[in-house]
Amino acid sequence: MVEVRLEKITKKFGDFTAVNELTLTIKDGEFLVLLGPSGCGKTTTLRMISGLETPTSGKIWFGDRDVTYLPPKDRNISMVFQSYAVWPHMTVYDNIAFPLKIKKYPKEEIDKRVKWAAELLQIEELLDRYPAQLSGGQRQRVAVARAIVVEPDVLLMDEPLSNLDAKLRVMMRAEIKKLQEKLKVTTIYVTHDQVEAMTMGDRIAVMNKGQLLQVGPPVEVYSKPNSIFVATFIGAPEMNLMDVTVKETDKGIALEGEGFEILLPEDLGEFLKNYVNKTVVFGIRPEHMTVEGISEVLHVKRKAKIKGTVDFVEALGTDTIIHAKVGGKIIKIKIPGHVPIGLGRPVDIIIDLDNIHVFDKSTEKAII
Amino acid sequence: MNDKTRFMLKKLLLYSFLFTVVVWIVLPIIVSILYAFSSKLDYYDPQKVIPTHYTTQWVKTLLFTLGAWDGIKNSVIVAILTIIISFSLGIPAGYAIAKFIFPGKDTIKLSIIALRMFPIPVMAIPLVVLYIKLNLIDTLLGVALAHTAMALPFVVLITSSIFAGVSKELEEAAMVFGVTRLGAFFRITLPLALPGLAAAAMFTFVMSWNEVFVASILTLKNRTLPAQILSIMAGSSGGAAPPYYKFAAAFIMTLPAMIFIFFARKYLVSMWGITLK
Amino acid sequence: MKLRLPYLLLLPAVLYLVFFIGYPLVQALYLAFTQNGHFTLDNVRRTIGDPYFWQALKYTIALAVVIIPIQLFLALILAVVMNRTFKGKDLALYALIIPLTISDVAGGLIWYTMLTDAGFLNKLLLNLGLITQPIHFFGYEYRNMEFLAIVIEELWRATAIVFVIILAGLQMISKEYLEAAEVFGADYWTRMRKIVIPLLKPSIQSALIIRTLFAMQVFGVVWILAGRDIPVLAGEGFYQLTFIKDYGVASIYALTIAALSILLGAMYVKFLKAEYLEVRT
Repeated sequence: MVEVRLEKITKKFGDFTAVNELTLTIKDGEFLVLLGPSGCGKTTTLRMISGLETPTSGKIWFGDRDVTYLPPKDRNISMVFQSYAVWPHMTVYDNIAFPLKIKKYPKEEIDKRVKWAAELLQIEELLDRYPAQLSGGQRQRVAVARAIVVEPDVLLMDEPLSNLDAKLRVMMRAEIKKLQEKLKVTTIYVTHDQVEAMTMGDRIAVMNKGQLLQVGPPVEVYSKPNSIFVATFIGAPEMNLMDVTVKETDKGIALEGEGFEILLPEDLGEFLKNYVNKTVVFGIRPEHMTVEGISEVLHVKRKAKIKGTVDFVEALGTDTIIHAKVGGKIIKIKIPGHVPIGLGRPVDIIIDLDNIHVFDKSTEKAII
Repeated sequence: MNDKTRFMLKKLLLYSFLFTVVVWIVLPIIVSILYAFSSKLDYYDPQKVIPTHYTTQWVKTLLFTLGAWDGIKNSVIVAILTIIISFSLGIPAGYAIAKFIFPGKDTIKLSIIALRMFPIPVMAIPLVVLYIKLNLIDTLLGVALAHTAMALPFVVLITSSIFAGVSKELEEAAMVFGVTRLGAFFRITLPLALPGLAAAAMFTFVMSWNEVFVASILTLKNRTLPAQILSIMAGSSGGAAPPYYKFAAAFIMTLPAMIFIFFARKYLVSMWGITLK
Repeated sequence: MKLRLPYLLLLPAVLYLVFFIGYPLVQALYLAFTQNGHFTLDNVRRTIGDPYFWQALKYTIALAVVIIPIQLFLALILAVVMNRTFKGKDLALYALIIPLTISDVAGGLIWYTMLTDAGFLNKLLLNLGLITQPIHFFGYEYRNMEFLAIVIEELWRATAIVFVIILAGLQMISKEYLEAAEVFGADYWTRMRKIVIPLLKPSIQSALIIRTLFAMQVFGVVWILAGRDIPVLAGEGFYQLTFIKDYGVASIYALTIAALSILLGAMYVKFLKAEYLEVRT
């Protein structure tokens, strides 16, 4: 168990910069999720931590040990691969025992540990089988058992659940999380699935185009995204974004968009003093709005009201997503439960002012 | 020794190893081409490792006096006949294996894979008796029929893997729009499979072009090129032909194969991968 | 109709193969064991009484035993090297697979050019002052050198096929299998021994089978480089058929090749079995 520190690591493949000056500390025993779209450099980052790739520049520390140029075998790490990489020519037992055999554990110790890991993952009865005889979910369990059997300092997981079906994925999510809490091993988990990131991570590190954008606990990343990218990448349906102009009115600072105007409370208006008469990006999550007269579930202290018409309704059963036309744009509103509502009907949309976001148009960084 | 020098050393080792292997393979070919055109004096001059005076005399004599030109013609005819027969038999079979699921499919496929390794001499020797009866002995068609038996398992396996690569949905889409299965095959699958089939045809060509045992046994006057060459050149002590004719023969036999490999090199590894799995 | 279609498509090819392989087998048995319609062992007696038969058997097997292990070893190294990415790889690959298209007759002629008394190698060594007399490779009194020449030619020509099979097998091994082993602490040689070689077993098996069966039929190169100085089974069959016109003895040579092929093929399948490929739920 160890703290992992990445210091300005950069990885270039030819002219392409996969990871750019990434600095990040993963605390001892922490479950950190590296989240981002495909090609954002998260897997490359993981592979540099594993030693399968070497950074072009920068340093990687495990505690006070500089491991930047160490080969994987000298790092005491484990990894769960996206394709599981469970070797087809070895039985489940031999697969799990492999890391121990390489490290020359005595025979009885190997046996004890394999049984322990198999029991943790509930695959004791599969030990004699070959991978070809296992289902995807079972292979996944073998891969995890093999990764924890040596009690690594750092456990790396590269999209381990992406090849499972939806139901199994939810189940394994919980199991991996519980397992990690039990073993207290420093874990770095790569995924492009924001739900996975939200439910599993102690902290989430969001990456895009080789850059680290934001690191923080899931709730913080969700409620205080520091950029448009993070704001839209996390949450489904994604956050509504609209270009608005900041106006100074006699009642205070207001946001003027196409077909609506939102007057901001004084404390929020304060942030936008320097943006008067400039265009900014206004963001609001679908779940932070409601439609007046339909549902009063949204208990908000401070609210604004805008007008729109119902354009389309997605009835999901547990939620209803109303697409409302405001000006020329469509805004999505998420309301819990089933809400019958007619198309074309004019509605008053209530916005929770304590959950609004405003971003700078050019830097795309958060202002509020 | 630091990481960088070790890395460079490894690289040097890799390249020198590869260089050695490539030279080992390419040098004899180049030497045989040079010697094929070497003048007699240069060849017998012990000082001249690489000849400097060249002549086309040997190649010409071999082609037009010793019958290699007729051999080439015969070889081409046999190879083309082999391609036509083995493809018209092999394509339907390959298609059936690629696109249908039916009882006994695995057994049939495995038998075809096994037949691919059937020893050719076993087939050729008894075939003589049959060919004498059928008046096929010493005919090019006879050789082509035997070559087809040798090439057919490969053709079936290669075409089935080519057809398997053409999505079933493309064909089904055509069938939905009112084309028959046969029409869908000719309009959709065949055009898409064409480049692969062309490579497979070249593969078959080389197989037939290079085959010597069957051709030597089944023909006497109408010899294919390898059979013709073998009968002129055979044996070190008994070989009647002077050495420079042998070099010329090596050149004539190798050239078409090398041209083939140049055009089909993209497919070669994958094709051998398919046929040899 | 729908159910019958695939069988109808397969029928011509299957019938053709059954005829061209089944008929000669029956005919060979008939030719070998009958005379004037009666069963006889005369042909067998004549064959095994001929020292050339035992010589042919010996040399055919000896050539296979010497050539194939070296080919496997070379092909493995080459495949591992060629499975990396480096500059000039395409060119190297092109060179490596050239011999695939060269026939054994042409290969024999090419190496005759290299090794004959006034050939490239002898002239080169003489001019470098490494030898004073040419090394004789050919002629009955240099049989061992003829054997060596055949070995060299077969290594040169037929290693490519083993190489290509193994390379194709190597390319099918997922990179993650190797990376997983690397992460779990296996060094290069351990990865080779524990992961690559076991996963290559099916490819090695088919390469060995194909090469061995071809080796049992070796003919063209031997005929070109050594004639009957080094008798081999296919060559003797050819000789008996075309020069002696003894169909019975020729058929026994053919049947010997078939029997050896089946025996060796079965042995490879049995002893190189990859257990993990057999289990299916």
